[in-house]
Amino acid sequence: MAKITLEDVDYVAGLAHLTLNPETREAMARDLGSILEYIDQLERLDTSGVEPMMHVLDVTNVYREDTVGESLSQEDAFKNAPKTDGEYFLVPKILDGE
Amino acid sequence: MSAELFRLSAHETTARIRSGDTNAREVTESYLAHIESVEPKVDAYLDVWREPARARAEAIDAAIAAGQNPGPLAGVPVAIKDNLCTREGRTTCASKMLENFESPYDATVVEKLDAAGAVLLGKLNLDEFAMGSTNENSAVKVTRNPWDSDRVPGGSSGGAAACLAANEAAFTLGSDTGGSIRLPASFCGCLGMKPTYGRVSRYGLVAFASSLDQIGPFTKDAEDLALILAAIAGKDPRDATSADLPVPDYSSTMRDGVSGSRIGLPKEYFTDALDGEVGKQVDAALQALKGEGAELVEISLPHTEYAIAVYYIICTAEASSNLARFDGVRYGYRHPDAASVEDLYRLSKSEGFGLEVQRRILLGTYVLSSGYYDAYYLKAQKARGLLRRDFDEAFTRCDVIATPTSPTTAYKFGEKMDDPLQMYLGDIFTTSANLAGIPGLSMPCGLASNGMPVGLQLLGKPFDEAALIRTAYAYEKSGAPTLGPAPLG
Repeated sequence: MAKITLEDVDYVAGLAHLTLNPETREAMARDLGSILEYIDQLERLDTSGVEPMMHVLDVTNVYREDTVGESLSQEDAFKNAPKTDGEYFLVPKILDGE
Repeated sequence: MSAELFRLSAHETTARIRSGDTNAREVTESYLAHIESVEPKVDAYLDVWREPARARAEAIDAAIAAGQNPGPLAGVPVAIKDNLCTREGRTTCASKMLENFESPYDATVVEKLDAAGAVLLGKLNLDEFAMGSTNENSAVKVTRNPWDSDRVPGGSSGGAAACLAANEAAFTLGSDTGGSIRLPASFCGCLGMKPTYGRVSRYGLVAFASSLDQIGPFTKDAEDLALILAAIAGKDPRDATSADLPVPDYSSTMRDGVSGSRIGLPKEYFTDALDGEVGKQVDAALQALKGEGAELVEISLPHTEYAIAVYYIICTAEASSNLARFDGVRYGYRHPDAASVEDLYRLSKSEGFGLEVQRRILLGTYVLSSGYYDAYYLKAQKARGLLRRDFDEAFTRCDVIATPTSPTTAYKFGEKMDDPLQMYLGDIFTTSANLAGIPGLSMPCGLASNGMPVGLQLLGKPFDEAALIRTAYAYEKSGAPTLGPAPLG
């Protein structure tokens, strides 16, 4: 199963919002191919009738009272913002026109 | 004598401070001076908080002088891995992505260290976002092994292990997703514990793989493990996966001995692939425990061979999801030239993340992508259930499982960097504990003939850290040879 083409790498990089330079692209195809080839040994393992283990703890949903507690101040929340007007995080314009 | 205060364990340090033999300020000065002298050769710290540490130590001394109890770690200098959020300084994950990030809150473990009276000395190097086994993936610098500066400290908590081995803090905290505490503890000759999943709150730990990550201590001895685990463990309403269970008094059960205790040796771990030197030291440690009254029994963990494959599917899947949040919008690196939002995501991620992080995001995205999800991710979760079942069955026949922590001693720089798969295979003995959620520790058990430390790994039943600490303590008291200080310590 595990032959990773450059097209596969481009497709996955697109999903992950990564842009790879030509060298990295080749290296990733090679590395992902060999890692996936190793991972493919799982095909030998019979897992029929085995439930997937979503979590190691026997916890179900955890509820709490819906009460107002302390939270970050607006100032703290914006402290690390690359660009803000003090009320919103600013990003490049999404729609054309005014 | 005060010149050597930095050599004391955490429990010795706080006992001396309480007795008035020394004070927190003197202890802190001793560490700051030692850091000054060895740090140029070790490079464990990303940031040393000299003035905040001094002020904190003086506050502890003032509290003691006023007759107050400043806590079980009063005046003990600690340093922490830089993926733990602190309001002081920066929290960078050794990544360009977070090089200027100032956390608006403290991680729960940081609040707990404060409440226990510890003195924070600063933040420690790691593989970027805790992804790696050598610290060579740090975007900032290379940390060196205090036993041999041509060798890696291990990873991803390499800074935390090297810092402790070089006596640059009395104890340190790291995080362990697939061995990131136990492997560097083994490589650097110190104790390191990954508690049971849920034992310690993960609030404020920058997430790598949320179902596997745990925070844990590196210490100089077993008594310190008992002291520090008790200080950082417990239910936290801010981490819904933290367990609502009482935290035992590890310091008292520690002395109960191992007489009658059954130590399981999984036959799948003791194979020809094991380095002969490592096997020899591990065997000597097991004989020492036998001499203390423990019974050695052979057990089987039949799905061991699949652990690495399962681990690298699950951890990369979770990483690709967790790291999607770093998009350059709310915090973290933003590329200056983005003309559109799509551009902003792409350019910021591609420039902000290093190669190993990108490799894991790609692999994780691949195994979760349409058409491959069942074959990889779902299959891995089923196999994970089988791995857990192996341990449940093994623990009906033994109380603690003992294995080598790593098949080899510390690698030389560059040795594994060209082949990511070879690097991943070094985690062969450690990933199972994370997948099963059980506690594990690594403790030093002698030196190989290359002069490098060997680690013995102990694995326990869920929430039975007490058995691991008791076994480590019994080994220390057995009269087995100790390592002594590292050459750069």
